[in-house]
Amino acid sequence: MAQVVVVTSGKGGVGKTTSTAALGAALAQGGENVVVVDFDVGLRNLDLVMGAERRVVFDLVNVVQGDAKLHQALIRDKRLEKLALLPASQTRDKDALTSEGVARVISELREKFDWILCDSPAGIERGATLAMRHADVAVVVTNAEVSSVRDSDRIIGLLDSKTEKAERGQRISKHLLLTRYDTARATRGEMLKTEDVLEILSIPLLGIIPESQEVLRASNVGAPVTLASPTSSPARAYAEAARRLKGEQIRVSVPAERSGFFGKLFGRRAVA
Amino acid sequence: MNLFALFRRRESAPVARERLQVLLAHERAVVGGSDLVAVLQEEILTAIAKHVAVDRDKVQVKLDRGDPISTLEIDIEVPTLMRAAVAGHG
Repeated sequence: MAQVVVVTSGKGGVGKTTSTAALGAALAQGGENVVVVDFDVGLRNLDLVMGAERRVVFDLVNVVQGDAKLHQALIRDKRLEKLALLPASQTRDKDALTSEGVARVISELREKFDWILCDSPAGIERGATLAMRHADVAVVVTNAEVSSVRDSDRIIGLLDSKTEKAERGQRISKHLLLTRYDTARATRGEMLKTEDVLEILSIPLLGIIPESQEVLRASNVGAPVTLASPTSSPARAYAEAARRLKGEQIRVSVPAERSGFFGKLFGRRAVA
Repeated sequence: MNLFALFRRRESAPVARERLQVLLAHERAVVGGSDLVAVLQEEILTAIAKHVAVDRDKVQVKLDRGDPISTLEIDIEVPTLMRAAVAGHG
């Protein structure tokens, strides 16, 4: 039974696209058949983060409008054969997506893949509501920062009212993915703690992704961080989050940078 | 002034937490964007306008979202000898 997952946040720049790519790759690395779908029509970026920007021919809008077949638009990942990308259109706008068209594409994808990860655009407009529309599961990407938490709260409200599942009276399962987390700052009281965010938003925790230079490095080279540097702390955190998404029970911890305690003590030397 | 004060000054996270809790308690109550303040203002003005002439430009509405109570303050200038201030709590 295929799972449709929306990766959403309300606020922009919190790490939706990074998380979609990393979770998608992690699931595929675990043997699942995965497609990541970019819903950010007009401002596509998932292709770039996945390193497939030069291979885009057709896109989601072409398929929704019937100008191209689904298999023509899907781009197979060169590193992971079980990972595919359905890019968004760069030249159209969000109104090019119709509700019926998206429903048809999602149901076609359900037949081909185990996991369909929908990368939502920021905001609460049409693009975002269409991305969440058919989801079974939502990953709410949040930073430990007031505006991000407020926007996530708003998105959770929409997930509980505007999705197909909600309209049928069912509950969509929602998970919090705390990204760009800085344990040291949270410990010093400079940043909201995980418990604070969890208490305010009241949804279960899928994972904590530490702030890391590896994320930018991965997007620079066009690879999900779980592929670009699999042993890095964000990659390990994403890999564990992907396993939790599959239903595994793993205790949530904040993976430390590889240097660890002694590395921090002798930080300079460790780097040199 | 002392080290302790310096240390405390950095602890902004508890402030963030409290601000969010108060704000979201209010935002969750207002479901689907129905604007309670606008509705209240309109109904209160209509009630008063039945009895005295009210200049709509001379109405001041203030809202302070707090915990555990919020205050809604509506100041209406009434162009006669009497001046009225309507204040509601809740």
